Parts: sequence; structure tokens; C-alpha cells
Amino acid sequence: MRHVISLLLENEAGALSRVSGLFSARAYNIESLTVAPTEDPSLSRMTIVTSGSDDVIEQITKQLNKLIEVVKVVDLSEAAHVERELMLIKVRATGKDREELKRTADIFRGRIIDVTESSYVIELTGDSRKLDAFIEAIDRSLILETVRTGVCGVGRGDRILRL
Amino acid sequence: MVLTGAEIVIRCLQEEKIEHVFGYPGGAVLHIYDELFKQESVRHVLVRHEQAAVHAADAYARSTGRAGVALVTSGPGVTNAVTGIATAYMDSIPVVIISGQVPVPAIGQDAFQEVDTVGITRPCVKHNFLVKDVRDIAPTMKKAFYLAESGRPGPVLVDIPKDVTAARCEFRYPADISIRSYNPVVKGHQGQIRKALQLIFEAKRPMIYTGGGVTLADASEKLIRFAKSLGAPVTNTLMGLGGFPATDKLFVGMLGMHGTFEANMSMQYCDVLIAIGARFDDRVIGDPAHFGQVPRKIVHIDIDPSSISKRVKVDVPIVGDVGEVLDELNRMLDATAERPDAQAISDWWKQIDAWRTRDCLAYKNSDEIIKPQFVIQKLYEITKGEAFVTSDVGQHQMWAAQYYLFDKPRRWINSGGLGTMGVGIPYAMGVQLAHPGSPVAVVTGEASVQMCIQELSTCKQYRLPIKICNLNNRYLGMVRQWQQLFHGNRYSESYMDSLPDFAKLAEAYGHVGLRIDKPGDVEGALRESFKRKNELVFLDFQVDQTENVYPMVQGGKGLTEMILSSEDL
Repeated sequence: MRHVISLLLENEAGALSRVSGLFSARAYNIESLTVAPTEDPSLSRMTIVTSGSDDVIEQITKQLNKLIEVVKVVDLSEAAHVERELMLIKVRATGKDREELKRTADIFRGRIIDVTESSYVIELTGDSRKLDAFIEAIDRSLILETVRTGVCGVGRGDRILRL
Repeated sequence: MVLTGAEIVIRCLQEEKIEHVFGYPGGAVLHIYDELFKQESVRHVLVRHEQAAVHAADAYARSTGRAGVALVTSGPGVTNAVTGIATAYMDSIPVVIISGQVPVPAIGQDAFQEVDTVGITRPCVKHNFLVKDVRDIAPTMKKAFYLAESGRPGPVLVDIPKDVTAARCEFRYPADISIRSYNPVVKGHQGQIRKALQLIFEAKRPMIYTGGGVTLADASEKLIRFAKSLGAPVTNTLMGLGGFPATDKLFVGMLGMHGTFEANMSMQYCDVLIAIGARFDDRVIGDPAHFGQVPRKIVHIDIDPSSISKRVKVDVPIVGDVGEVLDELNRMLDATAERPDAQAISDWWKQIDAWRTRDCLAYKNSDEIIKPQFVIQKLYEITKGEAFVTSDVGQHQMWAAQYYLFDKPRRWINSGGLGTMGVGIPYAMGVQLAHPGSPVAVVTGEASVQMCIQELSTCKQYRLPIKICNLNNRYLGMVRQWQQLFHGNRYSESYMDSLPDFAKLAEAYGHVGLRIDKPGDVEGALRESFKRKNELVFLDFQVDQTENVYPMVQGGKGLTEMILSSEDL
């Protein structure tokens, strides 16, 4: 089962490697991992997408909690939450493809943020499936580069992860 | 008061009332060594290899309960220490390791004796720090001792660049420390404890299974009270030996791969299992699927939530300090006359006593050749069971665990989790320094002992009168045993040729060395050696080459699938 685990941790050098090291040392999966400081610069917020049986996920949250620099851990997938991911995709855009790519980007509520004679850079946000769907929707041979941030997520409504 | 970083390090150790530091000097720690030289309260013990410094500090902690301290230089000083750190980590032993680092501007430049210490040690410490500002030394040292000793204990490393030890700042040692992201649970959840007790009262075949957590929490007396008020059988893991008196009739022996028949059978067939400060590891329960075949309810008390339901699903988890939870259980037991059904308990004991009649630790003694088990039994007799016993890793370790009956905690010092060969002598050094005047024996083998044999020199320098019982079978005994049992008698690289004359080797280091060939000489040699109160005696026992450790559960097999003797092969 896919799980989205969100954590608050001390914004200190080395904290990220403790988390990633834990995953590799204990052979847990990481599908994506994103991290950045929060409104309180002493704290970072990290979102990890992982998969495993219930037992494995239980161990993952316990082991994360055990890391000294981890302040709080929550498994977002236990309840309602929203997820977003940002993708920048550079495509070859010439001839009739230019118009088609623009149309498809519009349908996906993407924005073209860089234009040259022969290429576009399209910015797209959404959950991971939407970004996958966009890639499926366009001609693969036109893709020059894709960059994805990985998932970040937040609980809906009253579910709040803070100190 | 303005002090240098090096002065601050020493002041912090003094504030923590540290009496011994085990270490080895080098470029990056020279300022710290200079300050050590100028004072008397912190005594430095110069080992011969950094691995031994950490082992000795680790044993100091195991035998006293306070954090041990090791001091090593950068680069190879640290990499040599890693085995010691990992050993302490696996057994949850509080150790603070101070390592030198190249100066801050040189970090990342591939400087001489530079290594990414924080990176290399990260997976085998409870936590580690790189201190880049002299003002951070005192608070970091305070945190290091707090983290090492609180919650589930473990090693904590503080890496200090050389220029930071030379820089100056105002010194103030924090009186206490709080870390917002670290709040170990102490008290157990009341509701869970009550639930556990209810299960226990309904038990027909209760069983108490305890590990190193009881020793770490100094909860031995509380465990004894708890077990006695229930009249339930008790087994200890290798790490838990001494947590419950081995000579008590409630004790059914160690369990696990080389546990007693009765311990493994009662573990498997109990209906309510109370696990206390133990973690159901692979050497203890064997195949978890086989263990799960028998229905039973499990109560698990542990300070570390991640130890609970890791390998075996439990019914009533209780997160908390083992001592606090046992106190609470004892209070509740005192307040009620309710107990498990007396008839059921008596039937259970009849079954256990029937298992006991298998006498699974019996072995055939000999007049011709020394049996290793016999040496341990004599060691037990002569020391009246009151010695501190350290061991290395292998067959001799298992025999020591089986035949030396530990009645008190913190007397049995061995590497349970990591299984580090070579710990025996350095462990004995740490124990002897912590307990001057107490008898300290090392049970070792000719292979393990050579992994830290250089420490005989340290023992001479500090006049440590430890008694080394070398069960010399000219084989890597446990490897040979597995090869005999599971690899068709193909003894691949398990025979040791060209062994030194250990008696002479001990003499070369300035100690007393004895070689013992005949069973009739074992007792005399042991008595003689313990009479020499001020001398280290190396007893090289030439033991039966083919003796195996029984009972044995093959790796991956079920707990009750025991090989009880060579006749079962």
C-alpha cells in the first residue's frame, strides 16, 4: 500500500541524511521525498511517499519517531488529505505540435513558462496521477526533459501537523 | 570564565563526574590531551587500539550503569572505533565517544586523517554531533550524556574539529537540558497495565521472558518481586542473564538458539507471555512463523515502541521504563488478592519439571581431555558465582552463559547483538577499572582473544589483574560446529594453525601464563590464578576440539526444533 508520511524535523545539517539513511539501512522504499523549511525557520517539513504492508509502515513511523531530530510524524494516508506535486516539462514544440501542446497544457491547467522557437517549458501541478496523465496525453517523442518535485501533502480541515 | 574548547571538554567530563576516559591520542585531539595532562580528576586509560577504547568504555557502562567515555583522534582513530560503537549500539549501552576532527576550514578538503565521522557512524549511534563552534561544546556534551543515558540508552558521538578545541569562549555547563524532539516515555499507560494484569490473572500457563532492558533499567529487584508474586517461570535472553537469579527455582535457564530445553518449550507452549525489555530477535525465537503456530497472548513492556510488534505481533503493548511499569504492576498486585488459578499454575510447573528432567545441559565429562563446560563449572565454583565474567563470541560464550549461573545483574558482560569477537579483554579492562578489587574473569577462545590481544599491554600498564580463561580448541569452534552440522563436515578455514604459545605470550607482556592440558589440573590452576590477586593470569586450557554447544536450534528453524545432543544428529 502506498502511504504519504509527513514529518516535522529540526532544520539542521544532517537531518535529511538521517532520514534517508534510515530508509536505506532498513530496506524501506522511498518513492519520493521532499523537504523544505517551514514558516518557523528552525523546522523543516518533509513528505515521504513510501509503500509497504501495514507492519512495515508501522515500523517506518516508529523508526522515524526514534530519530532524535524528528519532532513529529504523521501518516497522512490514514485520513483525508490533499497531495500536490509540481512538474516542469520541456517539450519540443515545432510546427503543428506547438498548437496541440498548448491545447493539452490548457486542458490540464498547465502554464507555459518558457518559450523558444523550438520548445516550451510547461509548468503543471496536481497529484501524481494527473502529472502521469499529462505525460501519457502528449506524444512521448516530444519530451525533452521532465523534472518533478515529488509529492507534498497536508491533512484536510482540522488535521494539523505543528508543534 | 573564558576557557579553550579543550578545557571545556575536560570541564564537561568533570561536571559529569567521569572518572575514567579510555582513549588514544593523535593530531586532532592534542589540545584535549594537553588539558587531560594538567588535571587529575579524570583518569585517562591508554589502550593499544581504539576499538578497545570503546569496548572498555562500553563495559564500564554495562557494569556500572553510567555512561562510559572514549576519546579518539580523527580518521583512523574513528574508523577503528566503529566496531566498538556498533557493538554498544546493538546492545543499547550508554557510551559517549569524543572524536577529534580536522580543523573546520579543512573539512571536505581530504585533509590528512580526515574522514566523514558523522556520516560513518550515523547508522550505529543513537545520535551524533559535529561541533563547529566552541560555544556549542558544553551544551552538546550535556546533550550527549543525556541522550546516551536516557530512554533506550545508546552510544552518542561528539566530533570536535581541532581549531574548535583551541578557540575560546565563556564556559557554563547547563544544569539541565531539554530537547523538544526527544521525550522518552517513562511511565506506562495505566489502562494498558491493567489490561495486562487481567490477561495475567486469566493465564493457565504464564511465562516471563526478560532481556537486557531489565538490566539497563536496574529493575532486577522489581522483576524478582513480580515473578515471585505470580509464581511464574522466568527465562532470560543472553543479554538478560543476571536480571533474574539463575539459582532461583523459578528460573528455567536462558532461551533461544542455545537455550535450555525447558526454557524453549515453556516459551513456545505458554498461554500468556510477558516480555520485558526484550525484543524477540532471531536468535531468541527462531522462525517467527513457527513461534506463531501456537496461540498465546503476549504482553510486551519496552521503552522503545519500535521494538514492539517488530517481529512478533503483541496483544498488549506497554511503552515505558521497565522499572516504572514493574513498580506499577507490583503495586496493583499488592492491592489485590487475585492471582492466576493456583491449580493451573501447579499443573504448568509439573509440565515444566518434566521438561527439566531431560537435563539438557548434561555432558559427558572425561578424565583424559578437558571439556570446556567443565572449565566454566569450575570457574563458577571457585568464584562462588560472584565474579564479573566477560566473554568473547563463539562456543565459549554460550558455555559461559549456560554453565556460569548469574544471580545478579551487570555481572555478565558480552556482545549479544553484534556478536563482536575480541571484546573479552577490553571488556574486562573496563569492568576491572570500574570495580577494583572485584574478581574479573574473561572467558574466551584462541580465535577471539587474538582479535584484541594487544590489550594485554594495557592490562600491564594499569595493573589489571584479570583472569583470562582461554578455551583453546584450535578451531573457530562455532564456525566448525555449523560446518559439521550444516555443511557436511567441510571445515572451510575454521582450523587455526600456527597458534602462539599463549602462556609465553602472556609472559612476554609481563603477565603470568599457564597451559593446562589435563582435566585434573583445571581446578588447581583456577584456584592458583585467583590467589594471585595482583596479577593477570592467562590460563590456556587445551580443550576437546570436537565439543559442540547443545541444545541448538538451527538458524531459521522453530524454537522447539532443538538438537539436544550429538545423538540427535
